[in-house]
Amino acid sequence: MTEPRVRQKLVVIGNGMVGHHFLEQLAAQAEREAFDVTVFAAEPRPAYDRVHLSEYFAGRSADDLALGTLEQYREWGFDLLLNDTAVEIDRENRTVISASGVARQYDRLILATGSYPFVPPIPGGEHEKCFVYRTIEDLDAIRAAASDARVGTVVGGGLLGLEAANALKQLGLQAHVVEFAPGLMSMQLDAGGAQLLQDKIQDLGVTVHTCTATEMIEEVDGRLRMRFKGDRELLTDLIVFSAGIRPEDNLARAAGLEIGERGGIVIDDSCRTSDANIFAIGECALYDNRIFGLVAPGYAMARNTVAQLCGDSASFTGADMSTKLKLLGVQVGSIGDAHGRTEGAAAITFVDEQNGVYKRMITDAHGKKLLGAVLVGDTEDYDQLLQYHLNAIDLPEHPEQLILPAANGAAPTLGAGALPATATICSCHNVSKGQVVDAVGGGCCSLAEVKDSTRASTGCGGCAALLKNVVDEELSALGVEVNNHLCAHFPFTRQELFHILQVEEIKTFAELLAKHGSGRGCEICKPTVASILASLWNEHIHKKPHVGLQDTNDTFMANMQKNGSYSVVPRVPGGEITPDRLIVLGQVAKKYNLYTKITGGQRIDLFGARLEQLPEIWRELIDAGFETGHAYGKSLRTVKSCVGSTWCRFGVQDSVAMALEIENRYKGLRSPHKIKMAVSGCTRECAEAQSKDVGVIATEKGWNLFVCGNGGMRPRHADLFATDIDSETLIKYIDRLLMFYVRTADKLQRTSVWLENLEGGLDYLREVIIDDKLGICAELEAQMANVVGTYQCEWKTAINDPDMLKRFRQFVNSDEADEKIVFVEERSQPRPARQEEIVRIAEPA
Amino acid sequence: MNQVAITRTQWLPICQRSDLVADSGVCALVGDTFSDSAERRSVALFFIPGQETQLYAVDNWDPIAQAGVIARGIVAEVDGELTVSSPLYKHHFRLSDGVCIEDESIRLDVYPAAFDGESVCIAVDKS
Ligand SMILES: Cc1cc2nc3c(=O)[nH]c(=O)nc-3n(C[C@H](O)[C@H](O)[C@H](O)COP(=O)(O)OP(=O)(O)OC[C@H]3O[C@@H](n4cnc5c(N)ncnc54)[C@H](O)[C@@H]3O)c2cc1C
Repeated sequence: MTEPRVRQKLVVIGNGMVGHHFLEQLAAQAEREAFDVTVFAAEPRPAYDRVHLSEYFAGRSADDLALGTLEQYREWGFDLLLNDTAVEIDRENRTVISASGVARQYDRLILATGSYPFVPPIPGGEHEKCFVYRTIEDLDAIRAAASDARVGTVVGGGLLGLEAANALKQLGLQAHVVEFAPGLMSMQLDAGGAQLLQDKIQDLGVTVHTCTATEMIEEVDGRLRMRFKGDRELLTDLIVFSAGIRPEDNLARAAGLEIGERGGIVIDDSCRTSDANIFAIGECALYDNRIFGLVAPGYAMARNTVAQLCGDSASFTGADMSTKLKLLGVQVGSIGDAHGRTEGAAAITFVDEQNGVYKRMITDAHGKKLLGAVLVGDTEDYDQLLQYHLNAIDLPEHPEQLILPAANGAAPTLGAGALPATATICSCHNVSKGQVVDAVGGGCCSLAEVKDSTRASTGCGGCAALLKNVVDEELSALGVEVNNHLCAHFPFTRQELFHILQVEEIKTFAELLAKHGSGRGCEICKPTVASILASLWNEHIHKKPHVGLQDTNDTFMANMQKNGSYSVVPRVPGGEITPDRLIVLGQVAKKYNLYTKITGGQRIDLFGARLEQLPEIWRELIDAGFETGHAYGKSLRTVKSCVGSTWCRFGVQDSVAMALEIENRYKGLRSPHKIKMAVSGCTRECAEAQSKDVGVIATEKGWNLFVCGNGGMRPRHADLFATDIDSETLIKYIDRLLMFYVRTADKLQRTSVWLENLEGGLDYLREVIIDDKLGICAELEAQMANVVGTYQCEWKTAINDPDMLKRFRQFVNSDEADEKIVFVEERSQPRPARQEEIVRIAEPA
Repeated sequence: MNQVAITRTQWLPICQRSDLVADSGVCALVGDTFSDSAERRSVALFFIPGQETQLYAVDNWDPIAQAGVIARGIVAEVDGELTVSSPLYKHHFRLSDGVCIEDESIRLDVYPAAFDGESVCIAVDKS
């Protein structure tokens, strides 16, 4: 037996994004057992997603932003001390001491203290209405101050400053940005790009003051007066400082570690500080005389350090600082040497003033390699340019084509084949082209499988199109035919079939098969075509030519259960139900001996109805005013809601009324898969709207719309799509969104997967639905209006049609019931008998 | 000792043409007229107009799902052959011989079926 290893004592200072990533990576290693881990955290909660901090104002809660939870740390066996700042590092005794007096010894110490916002020394800058923008507490304070403010001013026109300005605007303030330099985002943009960005932002109602130095801040009549150099001034109600960040290096400095001239804890290739037992990672670390103010390089340092601790060799050699983002709705991209400071650098610039697009490429003296680029107003070329830059790929003969709009035909695109194996495809999860190729070689046959296995494109999703190219190219190199035909009978995708049916106004499956298909159809194409026909023409699903196309649940308008009996779910819009109707449900259930259960969608499910009982049950339900709930269809299920402002002291809008309106509008819409929705009356989000295909959350000013979320087997947090919109706009967007989904999704594709596979992702979806980029919104709305206008309760129609009712006979030649369907009692309700119980019942004891 | 069994095919009328649903299935109860036992069977009848064979009769009991649901499946063509896709676990059973495409060791009983005027008849062997 080997001797038990002595456990190493590991202390981590700082539980921000990088500190957390470090621990998460460590926990995934087998060696984690070898460490006793203590974490000192100055903030009152475990690490959260600072990158998406601004979404806190758009309705995401602190819990939503959380990266780690206390339970998780407990599970990992790491001792996380919240709200306890480390105040001293005693290197002689290898001990860290905290503000609350805790002292912990270490063998290895990790500094992940991040950085703090720099507040320029301006007289009056410490006024209580002056804030910074870094933590959840900062945002709480800003929100509180904004409630009775009219004007808000950000000092600093960098990336974070503009984000803060956007937040102030969203809080309803008139926003100003004050920048000392001549242009915005001077770190990332050259003068031309900065000017265009400034014009665009001004158009959006944010006032920008460049070349402006603040000299003093003073209170006058309850407001703040900013005095600028040159005798100008500005009256504002609150100020947010965003004038850069400084590495949080005080502890390290006091402990005598080497510190850079302008701050930052000096580290080497292995992320070690000048004390070999102490590592520094994230924004507090200085490598090669640089601070990396982005999360990805910090993550790389964290991974590197975990490898070092576990005895693997690894080195950190710097990181690329290219960024692509959307600021106040303006797309901005910056790659490498954006300013062309490299010796001999040459530039190619494209400006389209009419459409507000600025693109600039920086090449080497020979025009062969891409050194950097600036994109404002249109970042479509970003991915491709970044690959040229990162992998030092030779530029094409006429490099300007890479940024010119495609005049006739497409611009030359960089084939996935041109990328080296080391090219990074997904920077969120650090997946290289080589890893994607290996995944395909190892048996992944589709984009979805590659995503699952490598995690590529499951972060921000920005690399989705590139990943698809690599996967497609690899698959075809392996001789796999990439074919997304619906089935053997139609050489088309669902989207193409939709188009054919619509354009040629085809009304039946037989006609479609004769014109565009072959053979006799199958269980894949029949229901798919039936669904498209219903979306387009909305005829009753039991109309003669459609009868044989439906899945059994649609055929009998109920959900088949394992023993061949059915469950019945009447619609209860918004989950609101009168006592009288509730009593009817109870009476019907009792009369037909049905098992009853409350569903997750705020309805009541009645189980165990025999086929021949369905019409009688529905006659009673319809007489009491119920309608079909479409639980059996690929269609809208329910719109869950909380009680909203009518009853709840926190509610800010009438969520039930909105849920009713939405549910009644879209009930009956046939779609590629089921659709779930919810409406919450405030940001407490009791209706769980962020896990639905369409989620609506009330705000003080209207509604926030979330899209393409999912619960169940493959949960996906919905994306925030639009904020503070009024009811009319909300309905308009949902109309368009649903119809666009119905038109373009694959068969049985939920909105979550649809969006993940949509080229261009959320931004593209916004362009289509909000900006009407494709010019189809009027058509989408008209189509939806048609579906809404032709709604019928399918069950009501059926029970009044003797021909349709004939279908609900168990036997066409007998009134007997199916003797194979047997129930036994459990917890005072019926349930299907198990096989061995049926035998026992058949053989009298 | 030799046992000699003499069987005779009998055509039983079980329902009317108007009871059938084109391109889909219905279920009929066949009484205690079967040869080997008094067991009553549910038979699924599929009517595919315009084809060479228009009428198929197979057992309604799905041995995989253990439920009487075959008549409620979708008629599906797989590799040129007509099958029914069971509604519970979506296995395909060939209509011509009842064999399960996904697991050929499983098959449904099949019965010859034909129209006699407006009557639908199936054939059973009777001793
Ligand atoms: C609004 C905003 C938007 C951003 N957007 C982006 C973006 O789009 N892309 C991008 O890449 N980056 C973005 N960033 C930057 C990104 O958030 C940082 O790069 C990242 O958080 C750095 O992680 P870190 O762990 O080094 O520092 P932090 O996340 O700041 O964590 C440091 C932690 O250490 C704690 N700490 C400090 N001293 C002590 C002590 N003595 N004892 C105990 N605890 C201590 C701090 O309280 C803090 O919790 C954004 C930042 C902000 C504020």
